[in-house]
Amino acid sequence: MVDAVANEPEAEIQAREQYLRAYRIMLLARVLDDKMANLYRGGMIHGGVFLGRGQEALSVAVGLALQPEDIFAPLIRDVAGRLAFKETPLDAVRTYLGSALGPMRGRDGNIHRGRPQEGLLPMISHLGAMVSVVNGALLAWRLQGKTGRIGATCIGDGGTSTGAFHEGLNQAAVERLPLLVVVADNQYAYSTPSQRQYACRSLLDRAAGYGVEGRAVDGTDLAACLRVVKTASDKARRGDGPQMVVASLLRLCGHGEHDDASYVNPALKKAPVGRDCLVVAEQEILRRGWAQPGELEAWRAATQQEVDAVVAKVQREPAPDPYREDWTALATRHLAEQRPNNGGGHP
Amino acid sequence: MSVTYLEAIRAAQEKALADDPRVFIYGQDVGRFGGAFKATKNLYHQFPGRVIDAPISEDAILGAAVGAAIEGMRPIVEIQFADFSTVAFNQVVNQAATLHWRTGVPCPIVVRLPSGGTLGSGPFHSQSMEALYAHYPGLIVMTPATVEDAFGLLLEAVAIDDPVIFCEHKFLYYHLKAERLPDTALPAGKAHVIRPGRDLTVVAYSAMVHEALAVAEAMAGEGIQIEVVDLRTIKPLDTDTIMASVARTGRLLAVGESWPWGGVTAEVVARVAAEGFGLLDAPPQRLNAKDTPVPFHPALWAAHRPTEQSIAAAVRNLLQL
Repeated sequence: MVDAVANEPEAEIQAREQYLRAYRIMLLARVLDDKMANLYRGGMIHGGVFLGRGQEALSVAVGLALQPEDIFAPLIRDVAGRLAFKETPLDAVRTYLGSALGPMRGRDGNIHRGRPQEGLLPMISHLGAMVSVVNGALLAWRLQGKTGRIGATCIGDGGTSTGAFHEGLNQAAVERLPLLVVVADNQYAYSTPSQRQYACRSLLDRAAGYGVEGRAVDGTDLAACLRVVKTASDKARRGDGPQMVVASLLRLCGHGEHDDASYVNPALKKAPVGRDCLVVAEQEILRRGWAQPGELEAWRAATQQEVDAVVAKVQREPAPDPYREDWTALATRHLAEQRPNNGGGHP
Repeated sequence: MSVTYLEAIRAAQEKALADDPRVFIYGQDVGRFGGAFKATKNLYHQFPGRVIDAPISEDAILGAAVGAAIEGMRPIVEIQFADFSTVAFNQVVNQAATLHWRTGVPCPIVVRLPSGGTLGSGPFHSQSMEALYAHYPGLIVMTPATVEDAFGLLLEAVAIDDPVIFCEHKFLYYHLKAERLPDTALPAGKAHVIRPGRDLTVVAYSAMVHEALAVAEAMAGEGIQIEVVDLRTIKPLDTDTIMASVARTGRLLAVGESWPWGGVTAEVVARVAAEGFGLLDAPPQRLNAKDTPVPFHPALWAAHRPTEQSIAAAVRNLLQL
């Protein structure tokens, strides 16, 4: 580090280190996303690619607010939060490329990945459905006498319109569970703008309706995201009940890479809400003298190298083999349906 | 001393809670109130903190059950009426049923569905949902027809490492009685020849087993011997027991209380036709409810579902009497 920060107080050192740590994870998330987008354009990926571009500051703040024994149900645009919590780039790439060695073994792909036994829940595509699953884990811990743990889940403005989201948040409030719900109000749900999604002034207004504490944050400002999400998670951990954070930001990509997002209002891209949180963080790092431009370039190059190495490794891994797949959905194998003539193609 | 089908369900839950600290009950009005049908009566007091009232949020109830199961619990969910489980459908078929297949982590939850028609219950408190759930991979679907199975299968359901849809029939709750709870139980996945006969096989499940038994008893007086197979579990379907029965009788009538399109009876007929065509002396037949919502008025309701009369008529038709 440079001389200007040699004599700073302990709290400032911590803040700087946390900021730089968060930035490095955001950078990894962005580079990983860009790599997946490139592979998609090269026809190397089965199915879709869904990026977190523009949401890294918010997402990383969630992952960093969690402790290893917590539970986290990330959503589509949470590659940064996943990496900050405990996911490896290897798990991400293996799932996108359908490696048989990945956590989903080619049975599920892209952002539908996780390791539930390690507290990282794999989302289903039905928005809002993960809120109550996290609640259930928190309820289980209460019954088991495990304290000091929290559960977090992320959602977008569109997901807040679902019945499942409403049921889940109300359930958490009724049980006063240590739940952190982080809403990325990213202006569009696929192509639908926020004004066609909700009619309240702000999604934050909903928190009061559930009896939940709510906080707004500028999702393009990493320091603000780290501070606000940490405050909310600390409150949940202390037993103050469910906490909601609503961040304003702009999705800086299509819904998926198949979508050119031509419907996005150009004015939003020029507005403060349309700032790229990664660029803003870099400018802040330089402004504060926490790193020199050359260091930022070196970090990016090293990250690029790391991601390229992971992709090269996974590209040599085996695909799932339909002849070795057991085609049994049940854990209780003796109760699986196995008949020659039920039309399911069993041997 | 006798025990009803409903008391057996309560007793099984009591035993599950007593035997296994991982078990808890979650559902609407299940706590202090003891459930809409009293299937959890007193359990709230016997097992403090483990019988939990839920808001009217079937989706969130099932989602929470999945989350608790991931963290090592074995939740029993009571959906107040099977009909309302449509609100939870997504969490059951997309969350619970896919979890193990996707991640290798088991999802041991039991979803109790008070099912089927009773007098005056109407379109939204009478449905039989078993075929819908059986359609989805990753679920086990039980349809107990006896007091013994209500007890034994429910205990087995709690022990199974997969989501179990437990379709308990409301019509059997109070009037179906046994001398005592069983000490042993036939395992899940096995059908049971509940009444032997040589002339015709009636495959039934849940409350329809008793309609079939009544027909078999009445027609025995005419010298007609009907074999009644109680499926017990409809997924997995015990095709072996069905085939063995059809091999003996050469004639099949599958009876179900649910709607005709697709469903359990269609599956039974399809399997017998595919695997046992040569065993059949007559085209396999099925009898279901009519293809309308379940009517409210007792006169309409009695004509909507298969009854002793309509089953007997189908039997005579199949025997060309």
